[in-house]
Amino acid sequence: MERKKRDVWSVISVFFLLLFLLILIYPLFGILRQSVYSDQGELSLAQFTKFFSNPYYTITITNSAKVTLVVTLVTLLIGIPFSYFYSFYRLKGAKFLFVISILCCMSAPFIGAYSWIMLLGRSGVITQFLKNYLGIDIGNIYGFGGITLVQSLKLFPLVFIYMNGAFKNIDNSLMEASANMGCTGVKRFFRIVMNLSMPTILAAALIVFMRAIADFGTPLLIGEGYRTFPVEIYSQYLGENGTNHNFAAAISVIAILVTAVVFFFQKWATGKYKFSINSLHPVEKKKPKGIAGVLMYVYCYGLCAIAFLPQVYIIYLSFRNVNGMVFKDGFSLVNYETIISKKRLLLGRSITNTLYQSIAALAIIIIFAILIAYLVVRRRSMMNNTIDTMSMLPYIMPGSVIGIALIMSFGPAPFGLTGTMLIMILSMVIRRMPYTIRSATATLMQIPISTEEAAISLGSSKLKTFIKVTVPMMSSGILSGAVLSWVSIVTELSSSIMLYNNKTINLTMSTYIAISNGSYGPACAFASILTAVTTLVLVAYLAISKSEDIRM
Amino acid sequence: MSVNIRIQHALKKYGSNVIIPDLNLDIREGEFFTLLGPSGCGKTTLLRMIAGFNSIEGGDFYFNETRINDLDPSRRNIGMVFQNYAVFPHYSVRKNVEFGLTNKHMPKSQIHTQADRFLKLMQIDGLADRMPDRLSGGQQQRVALARALCIEPQVLLMDEPLSNLDAKLRVEMRTVIKHIQHDVGITTVYVTHDQEEAMAVSDRIAVMNGGVIQHVGTPKNLYQRPANLFVANFIGRSNQMQGKMVIENGQTMVVLPNGNKVAIHNVRPECAKEQDVIISLRPEELLLSRDASAGLIRAKVDDAVFLGLNTHYFVTMETGEEA
Repeated sequence: MERKKRDVWSVISVFFLLLFLLILIYPLFGILRQSVYSDQGELSLAQFTKFFSNPYYTITITNSAKVTLVVTLVTLLIGIPFSYFYSFYRLKGAKFLFVISILCCMSAPFIGAYSWIMLLGRSGVITQFLKNYLGIDIGNIYGFGGITLVQSLKLFPLVFIYMNGAFKNIDNSLMEASANMGCTGVKRFFRIVMNLSMPTILAAALIVFMRAIADFGTPLLIGEGYRTFPVEIYSQYLGENGTNHNFAAAISVIAILVTAVVFFFQKWATGKYKFSINSLHPVEKKKPKGIAGVLMYVYCYGLCAIAFLPQVYIIYLSFRNVNGMVFKDGFSLVNYETIISKKRLLLGRSITNTLYQSIAALAIIIIFAILIAYLVVRRRSMMNNTIDTMSMLPYIMPGSVIGIALIMSFGPAPFGLTGTMLIMILSMVIRRMPYTIRSATATLMQIPISTEEAAISLGSSKLKTFIKVTVPMMSSGILSGAVLSWVSIVTELSSSIMLYNNKTINLTMSTYIAISNGSYGPACAFASILTAVTTLVLVAYLAISKSEDIRM
Repeated sequence: MSVNIRIQHALKKYGSNVIIPDLNLDIREGEFFTLLGPSGCGKTTLLRMIAGFNSIEGGDFYFNETRINDLDPSRRNIGMVFQNYAVFPHYSVRKNVEFGLTNKHMPKSQIHTQADRFLKLMQIDGLADRMPDRLSGGQQQRVALARALCIEPQVLLMDEPLSNLDAKLRVEMRTVIKHIQHDVGITTVYVTHDQEEAMAVSDRIAVMNGGVIQHVGTPKNLYQRPANLFVANFIGRSNQMQGKMVIENGQTMVVLPNGNKVAIHNVRPECAKEQDVIISLRPEELLLSRDASAGLIRAKVDDAVFLGLNTHYFVTMETGEEA
């Protein structure tokens, strides 16, 4: 074998290898170790036996799997037509539709659930309206139906964004060729368009599945009797009726196994659809005409309106008068006053913490992502491939699992990180890193190496070339990923809920706590502020970038 | 300051896959030298070994008397022009050209004048403040060339610099490149798979195939006296016939397929013996004639392609061979 010269990059490789062993492998191992101890502290598989022998527990996994599969299917069913209309027809206000759908999927996960309860729940406005004036009983939205509704409306934009990319890559000549051979309309849609987009459909399905199965806030609020495993892990770990850490760890291990199986199944399925398209001529958008055109408009705007309704309603509620748990007539800023002054400056602390945590986490993620992308793309080696694989681990670990893995590993001495900012930031970094690394790697792969070689041949050192040439060329790709990462960090709930305390509380946590305390007015105020902040950042970003090329 | 380049027993392999088994080459100072060959013949690999972007598994590379094998690419003082131009997209034209100079710790004012000189030379001084995304392919190529020459390198390396341009611009740019190279007088190694381009710009050409140099020579030498059948077919077009070499009265003769004999005077003595040979004929050396007198090869014209300057005829000869 040839002898590789050692340089600064070898040091960075070793650094990441050690770091990931510490922050990824060690916690994973920790959770595994906890799961194989019985309640009496003996080494055994008692926790797993307990889980699988009692339907009370096994049902959480089957429930999670069932509702997640249905949600994935529903998002594909509503997202693909939406994206098809958007990509192949010149709709008026297309940009508006785009922004709205991005905003929908970027909101904090449980706010939608909460808002739908206020709208369609037992005493929801729509429920009451229909009952009192039209005599219609819409039935119970809690449980399976509610979770499906909330998650589908929140996650279909992911399918939309992914499919837009796929549809843009379909070459018009393929469409024309199929029309030439007598294949048009619906037949062409299924035989050509759908088949060509299959890898993307599978990718979208995977990301929806992972998000939905790990979602903690939605089932907690709207699930009621319909118990899913993220909630079960939480209540086993921190719940009110007796905790069992070993058992929580065992459920976590089972959850990771389930997501890992899905992950590899998706990889396998994607492998069956390998082809590349040279898209020289993107499909030209047609003008929607006739009844079909009207229906397209109704569908697209209707979908966005329904999906965006919860956020609007929350903002509306935040200005309503409130007395304890009940909203009263009339409007005022009383809710905002409450959270600003009364709750021991909770708002100020939440905002400062949110900014501090999210910006620190984002900075770390970006630096890691750039360095790792460089190692993986430009410095292929065994060690760097290992780093790449390790960095993907959090992808299959639901947020709540990461949460308890971190407390179990870094809570006790010698780390003693419980309740610190550091552990909050760490969890955010771990949760979001795989996505940013993916997008950084994809960006770097598209940059021809010759540009860097040109710099080196002009006498620039390796480090200077990296800083002055490689990083600036990656920056646009990184930025689009970073904005979305920031928003998801800010609205992160499932691992923060395990790790926060009163000192490190942030906006999302404050909202959640206000909801669970039943102080609905302040909850709406917190949620509105959260929505406003994320909306502002996203709209500003979309306005500046002008591009619709968004990577999740 | 130009150098000559000496390559001795160069060896390149990827894993156990040998790309260049054993290659020797001398490139003279100030010469425009082209590596020509079909894709996958190792020409770009060799160029990148000279540049330092490919590792060298064996042999020695010299610039004058300096062995450069272990010299970092950034210290070889090379100007390189890439197939995709590799212009820094985030820098203006001027910044691109100045990039190499800033690595040499020159005073600012000197950097500026030096860059100006080469911007003018490449006739892009009017574009100095543009960003690369607003340049055409030809303009980007000029920027890349100005950037490479600006650092006054010892060697200029060009890797298929024209293959991304359209046909007309390609012809125009190759004239530009030739003139600039001539003016600056820098040792230049140029890689291309386009034999016409190679003939147009080079002082000397090395034809490569399968990692082995088949023939090194001037364009004229290559065309008229190709070293082997591969070179004959790769440079220009060529027709082949089966023939025999005979020696009659001390005179080397080649017997054509129809039995005619032609005396050949420039056969190397060690090859002058009775044997089967393949006769390679340039199309322009075959003349069509209506004269049916003996001694000519009879043929039927299958097809004719009119190209303006000349017409290509496809014929089947009486011996069954096609030309």
